[in-house]
Amino acid sequence: MTRRTTIAIALDGAGWHPAAWRDPSARPTELFSPGYWIDLARTAERAGVDFLTIEDALGLQSSVLGGSDERTDQVRGRLDALLIASFVAPVTSRIGLVPTVTTTHTEPFHVATGLQTLDFASRGRAGWRVQVSAAAHESRHFGRRALPEFDLESERRGTSGLVRELFGEARDAVEVVRRLWDSWEDDAIIRDAATARFLDRDKLHYADFEGSHFSVKGPSITPRSPQGQPLVTVLAHQTVPYELAATSADLVYVTPHDDEQAASILAEVRDAEARVGRTGRPLSVLADLVVVLEATPELAAAALARLDAENGQPATSDALIFTGTPESLVERITAWTDLGYDGVRLRPARLTRDLEQLTDWVLPAFERADAAGTTLRERLGFERPANRYAAKETAA
Amino acid sequence: MSTTRRQVHLAAHFPGVNNTTIWSDPLHRSQIDFSAFEHFARTAERGRFDYLFLAEGLRLREHKGLIHDLDVVGRPNTLAVLTALAAVTSHIGLVGTLSATFNEPYELARQLATLDHLSNGRAGWNVVTSSDAFHGANFRRGGFLDHADRYTRAAEFVSLAKEFWDSWAPDGVVADRATGRFLAHDAIAPVTHRGAQFDVEGRFNVPRSPQGYPVIVQAGDSGDGRDFASQHAEVIFSRHSVFEEAKQFYTDVKGRLAGRGRTEDSLKILPAVTFALGDTEAEAAERAREDSLAQVGPKTAIAVLEQVWGVDLSDRDADGPLPEFDPDPEASITKGWAPRYPNAVQIAQAWRAQSEAEGLSIRELVIKVAGRQSFVGTPGQVAAEIDRYVQERASDGFVIVGTTSPHGLDEFVDRVIPELQERGVFRTEYEQGASLRRTLALPEPTEFVEEVRRVG
Repeated sequence: MTRRTTIAIALDGAGWHPAAWRDPSARPTELFSPGYWIDLARTAERAGVDFLTIEDALGLQSSVLGGSDERTDQVRGRLDALLIASFVAPVTSRIGLVPTVTTTHTEPFHVATGLQTLDFASRGRAGWRVQVSAAAHESRHFGRRALPEFDLESERRGTSGLVRELFGEARDAVEVVRRLWDSWEDDAIIRDAATARFLDRDKLHYADFEGSHFSVKGPSITPRSPQGQPLVTVLAHQTVPYELAATSADLVYVTPHDDEQAASILAEVRDAEARVGRTGRPLSVLADLVVVLEATPELAAAALARLDAENGQPATSDALIFTGTPESLVERITAWTDLGYDGVRLRPARLTRDLEQLTDWVLPAFERADAAGTTLRERLGFERPANRYAAKETAA
Repeated sequence: MSTTRRQVHLAAHFPGVNNTTIWSDPLHRSQIDFSAFEHFARTAERGRFDYLFLAEGLRLREHKGLIHDLDVVGRPNTLAVLTALAAVTSHIGLVGTLSATFNEPYELARQLATLDHLSNGRAGWNVVTSSDAFHGANFRRGGFLDHADRYTRAAEFVSLAKEFWDSWAPDGVVADRATGRFLAHDAIAPVTHRGAQFDVEGRFNVPRSPQGYPVIVQAGDSGDGRDFASQHAEVIFSRHSVFEEAKQFYTDVKGRLAGRGRTEDSLKILPAVTFALGDTEAEAAERAREDSLAQVGPKTAIAVLEQVWGVDLSDRDADGPLPEFDPDPEASITKGWAPRYPNAVQIAQAWRAQSEAEGLSIRELVIKVAGRQSFVGTPGQVAAEIDRYVQERASDGFVIVGTTSPHGLDEFVDRVIPELQERGVFRTEYEQGASLRRTLALPEPTEFVEEVRRVG
């Protein structure tokens, strides 16, 4: 069975390498400007990229995981990702737009309506990368909840109670958001002059969610959006997030560093699905790769070395930093899709150099969808889901 | 030096989720598809409006315990739709209503800064407060705020947001490849705020935006509201559209500015108004009548009465007389509207008296007191009225509310705007690259002080 490979691209500032802003191809004075984001989105769209993710956080970037630093030689500052996505929505027509939105400290109600509105503005191309915030300093930006200082070791081991709490909250947030997305049935607006009714109130449903972090009544203030349920995605490195993906998401990004890990992580994802009793469509699984691409392996290695030197130390990443030629990346992607991956999410180390390498030399190697007029769900092979409230009534 | 006349400032209000919007009109398409917002925005920009404006409501209105279904319902997330509109417009301001109760300053400040960056300095924020458990049921905090405290929270919220916006130096992003310096030394000052409503600390993560702060709009009418306005607001979205009341309000509010070290021009007062146009006065009056009948159908008329009386009146005939009994002042069967009828008993008695004196049915009475257009006439007459208010200092301009989405503004732009332009009181072109603050002829905020940043 030939399966089209899903190719997503992850955007962050000047690129995923901390010294990327110094690259000749970078536009470091424009990272907060409208033109920069429109150019990136259109470049990716022209090449047939399936969707973009956009990074975000509730605090400054840092070279210290979970903490803050005082560095001035790296990109600091980000625009709100959901709003960047909303901004490029009317000036694009095919590419999916998947901003990162944090579930810790934020209001699920605003998250829900924000993504519905992105879905309207993009005519059905919205998605969400669910993220938690474990950083104590970020909690102090809100002052409503004290988080313990970040402990890397217990986080790595996955034994931190904090991790469970934050991902439990994320699971609740996704549930609330999904209920709000369904709270208007598709045909709730009737405009019936005879009875003077704009809408049929029987087709509106309360979310009635009660949880330990929040309770949300609903309905949404926003009618059901074109996709019904925008695409929900999760980045996962260990058991707890794999389970969040399995219970709550449509698509998961994972970070294998070699072929062996690629196989074992895929198995872990399927195990997590079985463990939580996931029904319906299995998770779509994408492998995340940071990419440094040049015409020869030597040139690519030299490019990375230069970036590392400028950074003062080698860059590290949760994902494999793939340094090589576009052709070898194509081989790697093909090998992993043969293993069972649905595709990849590629993180350009340098914007715009590595983005252009991808659009010019990597995307053309894969069959692209003619995606005019399709939603993001359709593009990735997901059906438009039935409204959970409407389905209940039919069954009753 | 020529004596230029006072210039009119206009805002375009996207048709709201209330009975002013005539959804039964065949011209009314959608109030949620993005294409409706896009058409509206482009029309307003073609009309050279200072800004477009979105209201907000954070829970669907309920009447008698059920979701209200007589009026237009459904609206987008304010920030997301405004930022999308930034991509399809170039000059017009983008002002949205955002709650100071059900948001947090760090997050809202970064979202507004983002809108300002992506629109090249056209963002504005209509600060509203809500204090009730009805809306709170959708949020983590819940309806926790005492009614009296809502302006306290709003004032502290806006102050804290300004601290965040001020915490990046204007030239904070250096991006010097040669030296490897992305940020200037001391680009970001940490913020520490220990207040009654907020106890936060940390560093903001969005560089200073083109305007520094979004333009602050506010609609409060009470003594507290006017005080808040004199301190923080740059535009007041006012309810006083009748000439004498408008002039009184203008005089009162502008009179408070000197005490705050502000000039008359540093605050623009824009009442919300509706209109009905015609080729002749008679035609306009007929149009107004048709609109009123459409806006106040029999069921809506009863619903308005129920909001005042606080009890179910569905057995009444809208073409019949008003209830003989007085309202129960404590009753409240309507949730989700800003309180419009605080003195229910007084209002009920006044309405009853008027309906008896003038022989009005329920529907006719409601149309008279709540369903009338502000400006009715030929385009020339409407333009003349608008001009009069501004020249005589009853307002600085208006917020124009149309009756249908998305075309409700078209006629105003096509027929009234040219009249105003011809009178020399309204722009024919936007100033290239102007921020919203500049378009509104407002002074730059003076709160950014180097020393304060360093100390903080």
